[in-house]
Amino acid sequence: MVVIGGGPAGLAAALRARDCGVKRIVVLERADTLGGILEQCIHTGFGLHYFGEELSGPEYAHRFIELLQKTDITVMTDTMVIGIDKNRVVTAVSPEHGLMKIEAKAVVLAMGCRERPRGALAIAGSRPAGIMTAGTAQKYVNLDGYMPGKKVVILGSGDIGLIMARRMTLEGAEVKMVCELMPFSGGLTRNIVQCLDDFNIPLRLSCTVIKTHGRERLEGVTVANVNERFEVVPGTEEFVECDTLLLSVGLIPENELTKELGIALDSVTGGPIVDEMRQTEFEGVFACGNVLQVHDLVDYVTLEAQLAGEGAANYILGNNQAEKVYVRPECGLGVRYLVPQKINIKNHRDVKLYFRVNAIYKNARVVLEVDGTVISNKRKVKLAPGEMEDVLLKAEVLAAMREDSRVLVRVDV
Amino acid sequence: MDMSYDVAVIGAGVVGALVARELTKLNIRVALLEKRNDVAMGATKANSAIVHGGFDAKPGTLKAKLNVEGTALMPLVCNELNVPFGNNGSLVLGFDEEDMETLRSLLARAAENNVPGVRIIDREELLEMEPNIAKEAVGALVSATAGIVCPYELTIAAVENAVENGLSFIRNCEVQGIDFADSEFVLHTTLGDIRSQFVVNAAGAYAGDIARMIGDESVRIQPRLGEYYLLDRAVGLTVTHTVFQCPGKMGKGILVSPTVDGNLLIGPTALDMEEFDNVATTAEGLEKVKILATKSVPSVSAKNAITSFAGLRAHPLNDDFIIDYSPVNRRFIHAAGIESPGLSASPAIAKYVRSLLLGIAGDLQSRNDFDPVRRKPVRFRALNDKQREELIAQNRAYGRIVCRCEMITEGEIVDAIHAPAGARDVDGVKRRTRAGMGRCQGGFCGSKVVEILARELNVPLNEITKFGGGSDILYDKTK
Repeated sequence: MVVIGGGPAGLAAALRARDCGVKRIVVLERADTLGGILEQCIHTGFGLHYFGEELSGPEYAHRFIELLQKTDITVMTDTMVIGIDKNRVVTAVSPEHGLMKIEAKAVVLAMGCRERPRGALAIAGSRPAGIMTAGTAQKYVNLDGYMPGKKVVILGSGDIGLIMARRMTLEGAEVKMVCELMPFSGGLTRNIVQCLDDFNIPLRLSCTVIKTHGRERLEGVTVANVNERFEVVPGTEEFVECDTLLLSVGLIPENELTKELGIALDSVTGGPIVDEMRQTEFEGVFACGNVLQVHDLVDYVTLEAQLAGEGAANYILGNNQAEKVYVRPECGLGVRYLVPQKINIKNHRDVKLYFRVNAIYKNARVVLEVDGTVISNKRKVKLAPGEMEDVLLKAEVLAAMREDSRVLVRVDV
Repeated sequence: MDMSYDVAVIGAGVVGALVARELTKLNIRVALLEKRNDVAMGATKANSAIVHGGFDAKPGTLKAKLNVEGTALMPLVCNELNVPFGNNGSLVLGFDEEDMETLRSLLARAAENNVPGVRIIDREELLEMEPNIAKEAVGALVSATAGIVCPYELTIAAVENAVENGLSFIRNCEVQGIDFADSEFVLHTTLGDIRSQFVVNAAGAYAGDIARMIGDESVRIQPRLGEYYLLDRAVGLTVTHTVFQCPGKMGKGILVSPTVDGNLLIGPTALDMEEFDNVATTAEGLEKVKILATKSVPSVSAKNAITSFAGLRAHPLNDDFIIDYSPVNRRFIHAAGIESPGLSASPAIAKYVRSLLLGIAGDLQSRNDFDPVRRKPVRFRALNDKQREELIAQNRAYGRIVCRCEMITEGEIVDAIHAPAGARDVDGVKRRTRAGMGRCQGGFCGSKVVEILARELNVPLNEITKFGGGSDILYDKTK
């Protein structure tokens, strides 16, 4: 089994596959250490669900790295995968091993995601230094030990942006505001409270940056309010002096290798279409973590990766190769996407359906319906697009389903 | 610092670079002075990257003569310098009878300018050639010799080759005043005085300022802003030709063109500016590019934009290139007012300036040891697996991929830094290697490139800039 990516997803998938009896496993990681993006997430808040305690990013990663080191799973760091062919031959390069071809029975895609850059936004104005993604700033501050700015405006209220608002403040920078184009934040509520409210950093909703100023280093930005159609409201333009603009405007699953294999992607998640074991539409290729869907919490990445690891193990060992009959759960009102996108009803096990809602809902209900019958109806005080939600489809419900059964998840207001 | 040369070329844009290279073929000491931290930092960095056929310029002008000559030379120069050149041909679309009338007059002009390979085609042939063109087009003018080239890559390669042949390239060297005494110029620069027998003024948008330093008021330049979108490789093959609309007073209008790197470029606008160094994009300009580009190719969408940018053309008020002896001092040669088709003409401009220099300096000897070939830089992405394996075996740094979007290795970045007139900042690495030019726009590799630059140049991380000057990326250390 070849695992591409040694972040939280890759680590958990490799470990679970080993527990399931896969003998020869290799984890390929492009950085020189395992742990992925967690290595630069030195704040706490990781592991509350999975370990029942609050860990920093590196601590969370190291729980798994230590377990991995006790096994004989091969780890290759400083190794970049540059291709996979139709026979699941993985091509990778590293300074130490040169160009390698690895024949895999199963491949687990765990490449994570990347941050949406400025170019996609086409903000008018100059192109000085001082404009970067929040994640790049996080690396400079937490790993390199340098400050990328002193007076900061953050565009986008994704979690990394919120975390960096607090981090830059603690390091002595002045964070002037966080501007969010949408009328709600895409980040976790707890991050808005702990990273903005606690530091009196204003969150300006329905607001965006329309222009950058400064020739060499950024000298300021023009911000403005937008209407429901995201058009600038004339007269609301305001110049804000700053030397740094951090972008936290979305994460994009890193699926270039996936596309190369011709694997179908979900147009909403940007990740591959998978079944309940996280197998993609290419047999023997599995996906988990942020390459599959952008997660809010790493704890859920771990759970998802364990499913992929088990699925890959079953595939390699020839277990559960009985007939497969898929149903495709449907997104009802308020539901943007569902993962997994298809469920094998012959695989009699509980399946959690993960999703995100399309707007903020208060005192709403999450309804799961099978063939018109309400299976579960859970009241939620608040549903927000920034948080991943899930509903459980129990094994016994699954067992009673037919191939033309319809599964629907919706939000009832 | 006291330095003295036979010829000092001011400005390391594509014109200054090719002129300096051409003059290095002579047995003289040549210096290329650049006020920024790298070559190609002005108009050369941000233009349409087009080699024009030459039918557009008014017959009898320097623009017409040097465009046609330059376009003929371009494939040869690119070949010597190992710079990609694409002979993709260009189209000017006609949308109505008035446009077709314009195309017929351009065809007549092509004949007058001695441009080969120009003809008018009908709608049917046009749509066969370019199926994604707007169905409203009724015909087009085809120019077979037109092509595409990356202007900063050409400039970087030319300076690299010239430095290997003995050119002195001096960066961060801004000329602030010029004196002339005892048949010698003294250029007062930010790095001290530089003496030179002759001067070539290739200062682009600032050529008028440089001319005024010797009391010459004849070079009058209007900065004219052009804004562009660069689209993802995914839509790079929407058209294969460079597609123009009928030219107007302010230039050749909005084009849609593939680039040599496989992207699609749309733009430019044309807006006269007061300032010489303001290359900010505007919401209105970018909107205009979007709308006008879809007139030619309806499927073009800014949704596929990787980046947008603006450049300043140095528009000469007399409408023609100013390439001549200064009326104040014939030892001072202008290569100024180089707007479109300046890139196309640049190899011919270099030869023309050389002949002007010989005209005033007398019979200078040509060197017989000039090597016109610039070694091809390693491009890991373009190699097959066997070649890659061999390369990594030679140097392990080629096995570490730094920019994953464009598949650029650490070895290539180190090469770019240590090349003659090599990269000193993040944008310099980007232009030489494409690291940071892909879909993530340096999100992952940007900080890695900063680290490699700091290590190779042996300076702290916070001394590395985005593009020299005050474009600092990092401030102090954290608490």
